[in-house]
Amino acid sequence: MPEISIRKRPRTEAVVTQRKFFKKTARGKVVKVLRERYLRDDVACGMHSCTLCASSQDAVLPSSGSLDHPSFPSGHFVLPDTNIFLSQMDLMESPKFNPPTIILQTVMEEVRHRSLPLYNRLKALVKADDKNIWVFYNEYRSETAVIREEGESPNDRNDRGIRKATSWYNSHLSLARPPVRGQSRPPLPVVVLMSDDVANRQKAEKEGLSCVSVRKYVEGRKDSNGLLDLLAAAGSDNLDPTPAAAARQALYPDYLPTTTLLAGVKSGRLHQGHFNANQYNYLEGSVPVPGFEKPVLLVGREHMNRAVQGDVVAVEVFDEKDWKAPADEVVDQEATLKNDDADDSEEETDDDEALAEQKMLRAEAVKRAESSKQPTGRVVGIIKRNWRSYVCHIDSTSLTSTNPTSLSQQTVFATPVSRLLPRIRLRTRQAPALVGQKILVTIDRWERTSRYPEGHFVRALGKVQSKEAEQESLLLEFDVPYRPFGKAILDCLPVEGDNWVVPPKNPVDPNWKDREDLRDLIICSIDPPGCQDIDDALHARRLPNGNIEAGVHIADVSHFVHPDTPMDSEAAARGTTVYLVDKRIDMLPALLGTNLCSLRPHVERLAFSVIWELSPDAKIVDVRFTKSVIASKSAFTYEEAQIRKDDPGLSDELTESIRLLNDLARKLREQRMAAGALNLASPEVKIQLDSPESSDPVDVEQKELRETNSLVEEFMLLANISVARKIQETFPQTAVLRRHLPPPRTNFEKLQDILRRRKGMTLDVSSSGALAASLDKCVDPNEPAFNTLVRIMATRCMLSAEYFCSGSVARDTFGHYGLASPIYTHFTSPIRRYADVLAHRQLAAAIGYAPLHASLHSKSHVERVLEVVNKRHRMAQMASRASVEFYVGLALKARSSKATVIEDAYVIRAFRNGLGVFVSRLGIEGLVTFKHEIQFDADNYTITVPAGGQEITISVFDKVKVEVEVEQDKNTQRGRVVMALSQPIDSRSL
Amino acid sequence: MSSRIEILNDGGYRSDGRKQYELRDITIDLTQQGTADGSAQLTHGLTQVLVTVFGPREAKMRSQTLHDRAVLNVEMSVAPFSTGERRKRSRADRRILEMAAMIASTFEPVVQTNLYPRSQIDIYVHVLQQDGSLLPACINATTLALVTAGVPLLDFVCAVTGGVHSTSPLLDLTTLEENDVPHMTVAVMPRTRKVTLVTMETRLHVERFRELFELACEAGQTIHREMKYAVKDRTVALVNAMDAGSKGGAADDHDRDVVMDDRI
Ligand SMILES: [Zn+2]
Repeated sequence: MPEISIRKRPRTEAVVTQRKFFKKTARGKVVKVLRERYLRDDVACGMHSCTLCASSQDAVLPSSGSLDHPSFPSGHFVLPDTNIFLSQMDLMESPKFNPPTIILQTVMEEVRHRSLPLYNRLKALVKADDKNIWVFYNEYRSETAVIREEGESPNDRNDRGIRKATSWYNSHLSLARPPVRGQSRPPLPVVVLMSDDVANRQKAEKEGLSCVSVRKYVEGRKDSNGLLDLLAAAGSDNLDPTPAAAARQALYPDYLPTTTLLAGVKSGRLHQGHFNANQYNYLEGSVPVPGFEKPVLLVGREHMNRAVQGDVVAVEVFDEKDWKAPADEVVDQEATLKNDDADDSEEETDDDEALAEQKMLRAEAVKRAESSKQPTGRVVGIIKRNWRSYVCHIDSTSLTSTNPTSLSQQTVFATPVSRLLPRIRLRTRQAPALVGQKILVTIDRWERTSRYPEGHFVRALGKVQSKEAEQESLLLEFDVPYRPFGKAILDCLPVEGDNWVVPPKNPVDPNWKDREDLRDLIICSIDPPGCQDIDDALHARRLPNGNIEAGVHIADVSHFVHPDTPMDSEAAARGTTVYLVDKRIDMLPALLGTNLCSLRPHVERLAFSVIWELSPDAKIVDVRFTKSVIASKSAFTYEEAQIRKDDPGLSDELTESIRLLNDLARKLREQRMAAGALNLASPEVKIQLDSPESSDPVDVEQKELRETNSLVEEFMLLANISVARKIQETFPQTAVLRRHLPPPRTNFEKLQDILRRRKGMTLDVSSSGALAASLDKCVDPNEPAFNTLVRIMATRCMLSAEYFCSGSVARDTFGHYGLASPIYTHFTSPIRRYADVLAHRQLAAAIGYAPLHASLHSKSHVERVLEVVNKRHRMAQMASRASVEFYVGLALKARSSKATVIEDAYVIRAFRNGLGVFVSRLGIEGLVTFKHEIQFDADNYTITVPAGGQEITISVFDKVKVEVEVEQDKNTQRGRVVMALSQPIDSRSL
Repeated sequence: MSSRIEILNDGGYRSDGRKQYELRDITIDLTQQGTADGSAQLTHGLTQVLVTVFGPREAKMRSQTLHDRAVLNVEMSVAPFSTGERRKRSRADRRILEMAAMIASTFEPVVQTNLYPRSQIDIYVHVLQQDGSLLPACINATTLALVTAGVPLLDFVCAVTGGVHSTSPLLDLTTLEENDVPHMTVAVMPRTRKVTLVTMETRLHVERFRELFELACEAGQTIHREMKYAVKDRTVALVNAMDAGSKGGAADDHDRDVVMDDRI
């Protein structure tokens, strides 16, 4: 039992310890707020072997500070103010920068109020093992607590508090080391206030404190070069503003003040939404807003007004007569701006870009169908920047000196890997060393006088095209948490480790409590080859009454992952396992994923079973759920299972079970299709790796689908639906479900129009059933792949499925459009999806196996967790796709070095100066561009090109042949797939 | 706005500078209030209540008179300025009635009502300022007021609130904390270690309950010590006032429990 005491508060301190103030709430009510503060003398200073502070065993600061800064020969500690963390976080996070640092509570709280993401980074920084950081709770220590004085701004109060704490530390240091009689006092280390606020520094100096600006501090260090790059652009306030910059002409309109923006959005005059850049045309972007069905189009640099992909912006929409249609031209930033000089941007008025922009606007003048016009407007302000670190390449042509030993500061361009982002202007001393590397860059600001945003270098990831650098940059780009699991997380695993086994049967053993013994059932698993995390297994057998018992057995992950443990929080933060071609980033430690929770054959494992009684025509007679112990009899690949099923010579129990399952699955599928489920398609290819070590791609092949794939799929769907019903029934407010909203009809308009004009086909999108039926009719007898192509294009018109909390949305929006199921959840892959873990916990509570953890009763908690999981899922999908693309690129490169690669392709888009094509064998999309003018018929989706006297017309859906090659950009070393038409005409001459 | 205040930060401090198991400052004023037989003003952190006790006296309401014991009648009033949002609460406010009923039922098994048949004891609870742990403050002040009124009690009743932030238990919650974490109120009789009240208005996970409950019982002992000293100081003051020359008496039996001896 811990000691319980009463904190005594001396009456005389009432001014410092009690606060009473009145506050106006959002609803306009005035509220009295009472706060109390207990000041104490036991807040430790964090110095090793401090004689004054009692609890110094966990102190992290070396007692004499850091001795390696020439300006402070007697040792020093750094005490940064709030702004340092707000603007120089990358520096503070750098592993090269670790002076003993004191962070004040005042600073922590101010950061928290200003930016939660930064605060979370700060918290991680404090906990990092390789840093010497001590958090001093100055507001709770009696000597350092300050109260706001009359007429003092909160900012000034905090600055005063920071200065007071600095001075306290310095006197505390001298008190802790009383001079020994007869000896000369050794020089004391100093606590240095680090601040970029000139006024604050002046005040501090007046009070006799030593203080320093970040730049000066870093410059004074011996290893300053690498660190100086990390300084944010804003940190250079000591440098004189150059007269040239002052006179620089504004390129962008000013933003409106925030209050005007918010009022404008509230009144409906302005619209708020996320800015989306156009990947084909860097001079165009769009902002989906609630007020309009179509997103608001932004044409031209000026109207996009410094918005960056993902920012929340406020837009003003023009009068309808000024509305425009999206451009039908491909405008590549690099090609257009290749001659732009990174160092000066004053003379940018009459250059290539302006020409490109004029050309685009001229093309616009060509009258287009009214229907394709959409609301058009301009960005008038930023509600919230969503800048992060971006993976970039250095543009080698922007370097003024490529001498590898040059340490002069250069201004260079960093080109982000993502085509949705503008180039970033960067000042660095290591430019020559960074060419040919993947680097991480943060945007600091974007002034209205500068065409490009300004940023700073964070760190290098490695050589371009090296597996490690590409892999890490991919993970960073899609925000995938990939660090190895920490000790606290691994400590949550069973102590037996790999030797953990299901204990011998014993009803009082907690492992066996309330579990059914299903070890004798003929259960098997069917997975892709090489699958290590087997999270599902199946069985089926005939019952005496003529019905069939079928069971789905899912790894009992929630038996090992308990709520409120470090492992659980980590899994929730990761949300999903991410599959890259050559790497898997696990959601749970490998011991669980590939061993204890993997339903391997001939091993007893804990499972969560869904067992149905199905009639011979696959109707559910009864369903029950139970925790169980199983022993799988075999682990098949899809292929093995298929062969076994089709082998007439076999009639053992296992084979019969597979046949039974297959039979039921076919009927289940028929029922689902009859109910209007969609048969969607996405371009899936598989990368053949030579061997796991070398990971040199040998070839790309399309995934083959067998009957047994669909067998497993049908039963997983059935299990998910049954579980969804059960948990929704038991926990109507907080059940974890998954839904797929029906797509807005307008999403299909373009595809419908293309189909009608090009093929004379119609697409009925009134319901999922109607869509499925009309997709079935989109068949071109001459082109068997045409149907798949249309399905892929239709899939892109749909919304993506999402997890949600059942109490948070209307009951009539629960449905899953694609599956045509009124309710759905994810239950069958708890090893690799966190939502499934939650569903497991809820189902366990629903059958009375264990009480539901309090957090799963809280709607807001479930919502918060699912929001993260949804985001992680989206990112994980994009990351896997990007990884496949990278390997397709490598495979292509290998192939094209031997011979030209010619592939069949379908035209999917037509532009004024090119064609968008889809190569189904490689699963990639590409652009074919023409240098010369061609005839473009936007209404009929065709282009006409001259071919030796006569003319050839190519239209959307046409089958063409393209030559594919991988070209490495000479400047940035960025590899990219380049396509050229080879049939019906060679496009390189055009 | 409360989302921007950390309930328990990484340094182990709560938003007001206390640690997990630290209770707020308690001051007790047992000065005579008007014609009341007993009274206590208790300030617990920023929560402030005044309780006055009248009786035991002859029952006025015939209908509610019990022939074998006294009736406890608790009335509660909340000052409109006591909360953040200024609001007048009538005495018939459901929440106030409920709290008054809870106080009455907490004390029924403790007050030796069978000594006073056909009489009533009136307890008036005035809430002057609220900052969390209101019910415990009312209960503690009522105990003290009953003691000063000389009403025979089996034991003190000491109450405290406890909550759980994530997995960390917290004792003695402020309004800010009560709004954020699941919590409960526990009232214990420190000598007999019996519990006369456990109440919860928020969901608390069953696995956390036991730990928190035991902590709260222990905290009751700490509060008991504080209350005991207050009563003893008052007794000493009274004894000194009655007989300035006589020494000894209450001053040297500091370790004996005063509950029964306090009926001066
Ligand atoms: Zn110290």
